[in-house]
Parts: sequence; structure tokens; C-alpha cells
Amino acid sequence: MSVVGWLQAVVLFLVVLALTKPIGLFMAKVFQGERTWLSPVFVPVERFIYRISGVREDEEMPWNTYMFAVLAFSAVGFAWLYLLLRTQAWLPFNPQHLANVPPALAWNTAVSFTTNTNWQFYSGESTMSYLSQMAGLTWHNFVSAAAGIALAIALIRGIARTTVKTLGSFWVDLTRACLYILLPISIVACLVLVMQGVPQNFHAYQTVTSIEGVSQTITGGPMASQEAIKELGTNGGGFVNANSASPNENPTPFSDFIEMLLILLIGAGLTYTYGKMVKDTRQGWALFTAMSLLFFAGLVVVYWAEAAGNPLTHHLGVLGSNMEGKEVRFGAAASALWATITTATSCGAVNAMHDSFTAIGGLIPLINMQLGEIIFGGVGSGLYTKLVFVVLTVFIAGLMVGRTPEFLGKKIERREVTLAMLSILITPLLVLVPTAIAALIPAGLATLNNSGPHGFSEILYAFTSTNANNGSAFAGLGPNLFYNLTTGVNMLFGRFAEVIPIMALAGALAGKKAVPEGSGTFTTYSPVFVALLIGTIVIVGALTFLPADALGPIVEHLFSLQGKTF
Amino acid sequence: MIPQRRLERRPGSRSLFDRAILGRAVLDSLKKLDPRWQARNPVMFVVEVGSVVTSAFFIRDLAAHQGHAGFDFAIAMWLWFTVIFANFAEAVAEGRGKAQADFLRRTKSETIAKKLDANGSISEVPSSALRKGDLVQIDAGDLIPADGDVVKGAASVDESAITGESAPVVRESGGDRSAVTGGTRVLSDQIVVRVSANPGESFLDRMIALVEGARRQKTPNEIALSILLAGLTIILLIAVATLAPYSIYAGYKQTLTVLIALLVCLIPTTIGGLLSAIGIAGMDRVMQRNVLAMSGRAVEAAGDVDTLLLDKTGTITLGNRQAVEIITAAGVTAQDAATMAYLSSLADETPEGRSIVALAERSGVDATATLAPAGSFVPFSAYTRMSGVDAERFHVRKGAPDAILAWVGQQGGTPTTDLSSDVERIARSGGTPLLLARDNVVLGAIHLKDILKPNMSARFDRLRAMGIRTVMITGDNPLTAAAIAKEAGVDDFLAEATPETKMDLIKREQAAGRLVAMTGDGTNDAPALAQADVGVAMNSGTQAAKEAANMVDLDSDPTKLIEVVEIGKQLLMTRGALTTFSIANDLAKYFAILPAMFAAAYPVMNALNIMRLATPQSAILSAVIFNALIIVALIPLALRGVRYAPRGASAVLRDNVLIYGVGGIVAPFIGIKAIDLALTLLHLT
Repeated sequence: MSVVGWLQAVVLFLVVLALTKPIGLFMAKVFQGERTWLSPVFVPVERFIYRISGVREDEEMPWNTYMFAVLAFSAVGFAWLYLLLRTQAWLPFNPQHLANVPPALAWNTAVSFTTNTNWQFYSGESTMSYLSQMAGLTWHNFVSAAAGIALAIALIRGIARTTVKTLGSFWVDLTRACLYILLPISIVACLVLVMQGVPQNFHAYQTVTSIEGVSQTITGGPMASQEAIKELGTNGGGFVNANSASPNENPTPFSDFIEMLLILLIGAGLTYTYGKMVKDTRQGWALFTAMSLLFFAGLVVVYWAEAAGNPLTHHLGVLGSNMEGKEVRFGAAASALWATITTATSCGAVNAMHDSFTAIGGLIPLINMQLGEIIFGGVGSGLYTKLVFVVLTVFIAGLMVGRTPEFLGKKIERREVTLAMLSILITPLLVLVPTAIAALIPAGLATLNNSGPHGFSEILYAFTSTNANNGSAFAGLGPNLFYNLTTGVNMLFGRFAEVIPIMALAGALAGKKAVPEGSGTFTTYSPVFVALLIGTIVIVGALTFLPADALGPIVEHLFSLQGKTF
Repeated sequence: MIPQRRLERRPGSRSLFDRAILGRAVLDSLKKLDPRWQARNPVMFVVEVGSVVTSAFFIRDLAAHQGHAGFDFAIAMWLWFTVIFANFAEAVAEGRGKAQADFLRRTKSETIAKKLDANGSISEVPSSALRKGDLVQIDAGDLIPADGDVVKGAASVDESAITGESAPVVRESGGDRSAVTGGTRVLSDQIVVRVSANPGESFLDRMIALVEGARRQKTPNEIALSILLAGLTIILLIAVATLAPYSIYAGYKQTLTVLIALLVCLIPTTIGGLLSAIGIAGMDRVMQRNVLAMSGRAVEAAGDVDTLLLDKTGTITLGNRQAVEIITAAGVTAQDAATMAYLSSLADETPEGRSIVALAERSGVDATATLAPAGSFVPFSAYTRMSGVDAERFHVRKGAPDAILAWVGQQGGTPTTDLSSDVERIARSGGTPLLLARDNVVLGAIHLKDILKPNMSARFDRLRAMGIRTVMITGDNPLTAAAIAKEAGVDDFLAEATPETKMDLIKREQAAGRLVAMTGDGTNDAPALAQADVGVAMNSGTQAAKEAANMVDLDSDPTKLIEVVEIGKQLLMTRGALTTFSIANDLAKYFAILPAMFAAAYPVMNALNIMRLATPQSAILSAVIFNALIIVALIPLALRGVRYAPRGASAVLRDNVLIYGVGGIVAPFIGIKAIDLALTLLHLT
């Protein structure tokens, strides 16, 4: 570990910290329908969109209508992407003359981008036409992110409002998230990335002879525009297979910094938006603090593990940090930082191969996802998942002060606990059970590159990543029909099966009376509560995943200490 | 204030760990192994299923002469113990109530009632034949055959069978002291009672059912917590069940016995096993304070109370106002004023009147000397608001200032006084001013003062620290009410209260999201008692009040509500603390069992055996034994409840997190290691 390595993390964190309030405040204004400095430009556009789509701006929805709108919108988006992928060979913007995407892969990919996962069982440069990239994948990068933000905003409204049925309009929230937040930041970020050297063109790939005298194909395409939203919307699907490890997607240290910042920006900002909308910004900062502490705890371990290097190569006399699967340009520090960020959020973009991390270095990204990606998290999804843990923590902790637990004045009772537990149950069910099936049946083991604990980690990582809608992969697990289908189902349920109880929770909370705070009620922003929240998240995560993790990365680490491999 | 009583002859006052109760509890805990009973509790049901399966494996292995039958036996046995210990906790919690129910049943003997027919004749019928609306006559020495209201006469009644209080109480027709309870005994006089409950629905029947817990239903919070625990159980079931295929991938087959042992250790058996005992014990603690809670829900709601409505008279102040000062008008001697005050109050039988007599005597009025001017006494009446005496030479009156001034005017004097500033001062200080007049001259003012019950201010401070706002309800004018409220230290007051304004206040508080508790005894309190979230009726009150309330205080002590609130809070705290403890325990259990499970497949995993447990078998067994014994160890805590001190939520939370959260992480590491050492020493592994 080096001072410069740490400096990079600390500077990034400080920039995120500095931007959290302004961006959070801006989002709060946007979603509460207040005027912002972008209003003169976008209000007419917004009105026009509502007019042609027949949406009434002031028509609010109860939770089930809101949820149905999300599901219907996602279903249509899914169908659109599936069709596009299946027909891209006959459509324009395909200079490489790439074939139609086969059905299983098209299904998996359409689910993947609809659910904001961006799990990729393909190499972008040899599979996707420019039209598919722009009108299919980039489109979903925007709207799946906007849907996530909208869901979080709906839950916040449920917490903030009292004795009402409605949570806002999904169509309005979706439109505003795209217009006022994702689009402007993406445009600016895209230009910065172009400035750093990220391609933005419609050329066919160029074949050049390198200075070493070998022939090399250089990919092109509308890359910068997709890169910006890929990070900002915590989507993570690379334009090319190497994702942000590729010099085209991520050419310089500065672009690396900007991309990491984009990944964290909205997730961090939403904590402030939450505080603002519930009229107590301390609530938001408490979540931000809990997230930051977990973030640094993970980062310390990954960076330490990667900088310390692989015990196996140490046995062979090769000292130094673990550079396998890493860009020399980034090294251990920037790779560890990125890996922590991409799994703390639901991004899944990578600038190094997680499969090649040391066992412990790979364990942390796995744990980050298993905890539910509540460290800043996916745009919107991070916040709403975090708030479910807040509800559970309030319930358990609240009992200890001798009152029916209250969260911002709302009593947490049978219905709320049931819905919170339902949403928590999804993760173990969808990660552990498919992993068990895959570890048993030939189809699950057929495309595995490694055996033993590392092979197990690859399976576990795949289902963890798809369930968490992360999309990063422990490479080493190849696609086949089994994985195309199971990971697809996993992504679908990981997103929507989790969201349905959460939206029902939002509806239940919105209908409740708020009890005024007194000295008998505890506050949900005190350091004790932050500690309890972290404790609840870690214990629920550990209870669920410790056995599985022990059989994967942990035992692999123990073996590597003894100099053994599989 | 009525002192706390613990009457030895009542079974309810026995210790929780009385030998007879424990003996019965042991038997009951075996009876409760019935799966239909266990099915009510998902966590313990899983343990019981595990016990059955491991027992079956033990028998199979025994028959097949397999090597690990001994291990199977040990695990199966301790799993059964886990279930039995949880049953035992519940049985002990129920024990005292059951003993009390037996005692009450004996009280509920069949008697012959003297039923009054329409024509006034008496027919003797068994008490079980009485129906609502029947009239019965009860003479001295008779048992009251059924619940009812006295419609004629007054009698002293021994209610010790119900309240444990041996001093007889007066029950009389009309007013708020008319309710009588079946099973109590009339000691003197004769009363006629209108029956208010059909057989089987009487107060005694309800009381028996309540103390026995026969109709016990899970409270809302208990249900919510059960759901949380069931959810955790499912998560852990998935985590443990998937370990079987994971092991196969690793090239090793786990035995079902080991998987079940791990599962039982991980699922929240500590809180799952003690949950119902906590609730029953909470009800029992309420009962120990002689409060009959109609449901666990009411006790739980008491812990949530935000606003407490307290009647001024009898709760905050002693029932009676006392004369503390006689202020003389200009030109009147103190001795003269005191003598006249004395005379004017001789015929006043109200406590206030008697206190004036006492004050006058203290200030040196010679009773015998002043008795000379015999005349006719004018008793106090609510209509004249005066009392006095008409002697040969003079007429004297004392009473409400405006009434006295009017009287002075009628006597031909000027209806004014130079004491008006004193009158106002008395009123503003929370006292009641009276004027004293002889013929057409005002002699002085008498200061009647509300006497606060001792230590009330400290009680309100305690309530405030709990986060509860107290509102004093009084019929006094706002000026007087404000002064008393200030002196007593309540947060707010409702002056000139009527049943309607009281009801409005409750509804207003509830609309703002607050939970309201109140006490009451009169029939006109009944609607408000029903509206309040926690309504406590005094046992001395009317049937209507008792039916509307969700608790009845057998001691008729309005301040008892404060204790019930604390019990409600303890109830929730105990659940929260044991849930936290139970979940925190799991970390150590993973560290004990996981390395043991994979000792054969991955010997390197022994690095995780940070407790250095002797063998894989001893590690697993130690965790299972710890898991069972911790239930027994925590029974006293579950039954007594976590200590509650009103210090503000943040401090309470911090301390409990440290004790039950951090303590819950550390304790099993020590406990499991100790058991493992013991097993090794005894060569049991």
C-alpha cells in the first residue's frame, strides 16, 4: 500500500462528499417539482413529453399502480431490446456486419439491461451493432437507472408522507430523472471523456500495424456517450469486453477518476435527497456515514490484499503486489479502489479482472454485493435497499428502548416487518439455491474454468452479481444455456421480486400517522444508530453468506497461505 | 395513596420459582412437546422436527452398529432439551397464573340467591340460574351470587377474594360505588342488586381466564417479532440446506445430524424459545400489582403511551381540600373570625368543613365555650353553596364568595369586601377561597388548599423522562387549575372538564398520532375509557366503567398506571434485548461449527477454529449444548424483564446494545469454549 494509492481514494471520497449536498439538493427539488436552473430549458420539453404520451403531471399513483407502471414499462423496454438484438443484422449502423444475437443470449442480455444489471455473456465488440449499443443498451442504461431513482423517490415519499395513499407518478419521476439528472450530467461527462480520448464515432474497426510489427484491430463506435451513462447509472455494461480496463473506454488516470466519481455520484447524492425530503438532513447524513464506513472497511481489505500480493507467487520468489489481471496503468491501488466502488454500488463495470484478484481481494467485492449493495449502491436501488435495513434495525433496536418501534414517527408493525423480511429473503433464495444447483449438475460445472474453491467462487460470484443486479463477473464462467437462463431469471427476480415488497412497504408507510418525536423515541441519526445499522447489515449478511464464502474465497485463501492450489 | 399489599394467603403472591410451581412446570413442559402446540412457534417447531429426525438417525445408527451413534445420541438429546427448556420457560411463566386461577375457581362456588320477583316476593334459586337484569336481595353474611349494581341500600362488602384487600369496602346504590362482584361477601346490612352478567361471563370468570392465560392471543408486537424470527429461520434454513450440495462439490458428504445441529444453533432459538414466556410473565407482573389487564395488547400499548390523563382529585391531590388559613377583614379579631368559622362549619359534614373545624381548634377556639349559643344549624347544600348556624343573637355563614356576598346583601349589608384581593390571591395560588360573614358583615376569608399527594412531582419527572406527557383533568376553573398544575409539575391541564371536553382531548391527542392512557371510575368516564388506548378502571367504580376499560385496578389506585406503563416498556425491551442477543450469538456458533463440518474436506479450515475446540464432534456438541443452556440461563431475565430506567431513549439504547449486542457476540465464545473444555475433561468426546 502506498501514500499515493490512499491519496487517490481519499481525494475521490472528498470530492464525492463535496458533491453529495449540491446534487442531492438538486434532485430533491426536481422530484418535488420545484424550479431549478435547468427548468427554463427542460420544462417545455417535459410538458411536450407529457402531452404526447397523455400523462397528467399532477395525477399521483398508489403504490400498486406505481409498481405496475414500473413493471409494464420494463416489460415493454425488454421486448424492444430483445427484438432489436434479434434483428440487428438487418438494421443500420452495423459497419462490422455483426449477426443477429442468438435467442438465449438475446434474452439474457435484454433482461440484463432492463434490470440495470448489465451482466454480459458476450463481447460487445464482436456481438453488438452500433445501433444495438445506442438505441438498445444505452437507452436501457438511461431508463433502468431512472426507474431505480423513481422507485427510491417513491419510497422516500412513503416515509415522508402521512395518511395518504399515493406515492407520486412514475411517469413524471421517470421523465424528470432522465431529463434533469441523467441527461445533463451524461452530456458533460461524455465530453470530458472524449477530451480524454474515448472514441465517439461510427467508423468500422480499424486494422493497424503496431510498432511491434503485428496487425491489430482497433475498435471504435459511439463509446463515450455510452461510457458516461454506464457509470452514472451504475449500469456497468462495457462497450467492449475489457470494459473500463480497455484503453478506449478508460484511457487516462483522469478518466479513471471521473468514471469512479460518476459511479458514486447519484447514490451518494440520494442520501441527501432523502434527508431533504423527510425534512431532516441528519437522517441522510447518517446513511451516508454508515455507507462510507462500510466502504472504507472493504477498501482497506482489498487494497491490502492486492498490494500484499499473492502468497503463491511469494513462495516462488515473486514478490510485490498482485498484478495478474490488472492494467499496469492502474496498478493495485486504482484497481482495488475501482473493484470496491463497482460492487459497493450496483455498477459492475471493471478496470481489472476480479477473477484474478487474490482470494481475499475477491472476497470483498463478493461480500459488498451480498450485503445488498447498500454502500451508496445502485442509483435508487442502493437507497431503497438500505432503507429496508433501516426499517429492520429500527424494529429490533426500537424494542430495546421499550416502545413499539418508530421510524420517523411511523410505527413499524406487522405489515412493515413482513414486507421488509420478504424483500430480504429474496437474496439468499436467489443466490444460494442456484449456486447449489449449479455446483451439483453437469451443466453448471461444464463451462467452469477452475475447479475446487476458486471454481465454486466463480459460480457463487455469478449468481451473487446477477441477483444484486451488479453485472461484474468473475470471468472463468462461460455462457451456456443453463447459465443464460438461470442468471437471466436471477436478474429478473433480483430486481423486481425485491422491489414489489419494498413498494408495498412504501404504500404502507405512506398511509400511517406520524407520532411526534419525544424523549422516549430514539433518533435514527445518532452514532449508536449508525453502528446498529452497520451491525444489522453485516450480521444479516454474515448469517446468510458466511458458510458459502467460507467454502469459496476463504478456504482458497487458507490454501494459498499453505502454497496450495487446485 | 393505597399501599402495596402482598398478601401471603393469595397464591398470586408466591415467588415465580416456588417449588410447587416448578414441579408443575416440569410436567407441563413435557406435555407441551405435542407438535400441535409447537406449531404455534415456528422457530421451536423447527427444533422439534430436528429432534425427531436426529433421534431417528440415532436409532438407525444404533441398529446398524455404526460408529457415530453416540454422537447422534448426544445431539438428539440436547435438541430435545432445547425444546423442553423453552417449554419449561413458558410453563414457569404460566405457573403463578394457574395457581391463582385454581384459587379463584374455589371462590366461585355455587350459592343460593334470593331472587326478587316482579311482585316483590323472594324465591330461592341457584346462582347459576341468574340472568342479566334479575334483581337479587343479599343479606349480611351472604355471598354475592353474581356481578351487578346495587340499586337499593348500602352494605360493607369483603372483596378480599378478588382484591386481596382484607378491609371491607362500602357499596351503595347510586353514584360511582355501586358495583359489586360475584363471589365477594356482604358483611353488614342488606342490599338489592341488579345482575349485570350472565353465568360464565362474570368478572370472576374473566379473571380466571385471564390469569390462566387460557385465551391468550399473540400481541401485535409479538406477531411482528414472530414474523421477523420466522424470516430469519427461513434464511438460515436456506443457508444450511445449501451447505449439503456445496459439500458434495467439495467432495464430502455432510451428515444430516450435523446440518440439523448447525441449523438449530443458528436459528434464533433463544428469543424463539422465550418469546411467549416474556409475554405471559409481563401479564403476570401486571397481575402482581393487582391490575387485571383484559389483554396482552393493552399492556403492550401501555408501554407506548405518549399522553397520560390523570384526574386531579384523588390522583394528584388528596381527595379533600384543607383549610390552611383564615384571613380577617379590617377590624375583626382573629379569635372572633376563627370562632365564627368554627360555628359555621359545625354542620358542614364535607371534608372541607371538617378541616375548617380542625383549623379553628388548632388556633385556640374553645369548643365547649362556643357551643353556648345554640341555634339551628344550616347544612351545606350544593344549591346554596353555604353552611352556617342561625343562633339567637346572630346568623353566621361561610361559603363561596359570590354566595356569601349575595347573602350579606340580603341581610341588609353592602355586598362588598376589602378582602377581594385576598380572594383572588387564593384562587390564583390554586386554592379555593371561602368567605365568612356574620349578619351583614364579612368577617374574613378562608383559604382551602388542595393538598398534593406526596412525591407526585418526582413521579411526573419520571414520566417525562420516559417521554410521557401528563395532563391533569379537573373541574376547577383555569386559574386554580393552572396553579395546581404548576405546583404538581404536570405538563398540561384541562380545566372545567366535562365528559365531552375530556373525550375531545383524547380524540385530539390520538389524531396527532399519540397514544392516550387514562384512569376513571364513574359511569360518565366510560366513553372516554373506551376511547383511550389504555383505559384503567378502578375496581371501586361502576360496572360501566369496568366494562369500557381494558384494565381494572383492583386496588383502585390511579397512580398504578405508571407502573403498568413501565411493565409494558419492560416487555418490549426484554423482547428486543433477547432478539439482539440471540442473533449476535450466531457469529461464535459459525466459528465453532463451520471448521468442524469441513475438517475432513478442508483441513485448512481449522484456521477458523479460533476457539481451539478439541475435536469436530466436541465443537458441534458444545455449540448445541450452549444453545440449549442459554435458554435456561435467560429464563430469570425473561420472566423478570430487563430493568427499565427512564433516562431517555438514546442512553437506554446505547446501554442495551452494549449489554445484549456486544455481550451477545462475546458470551458464546466463552460459553462454547468452557463447555468444550468440560466435555474434554469428562472424556465425553
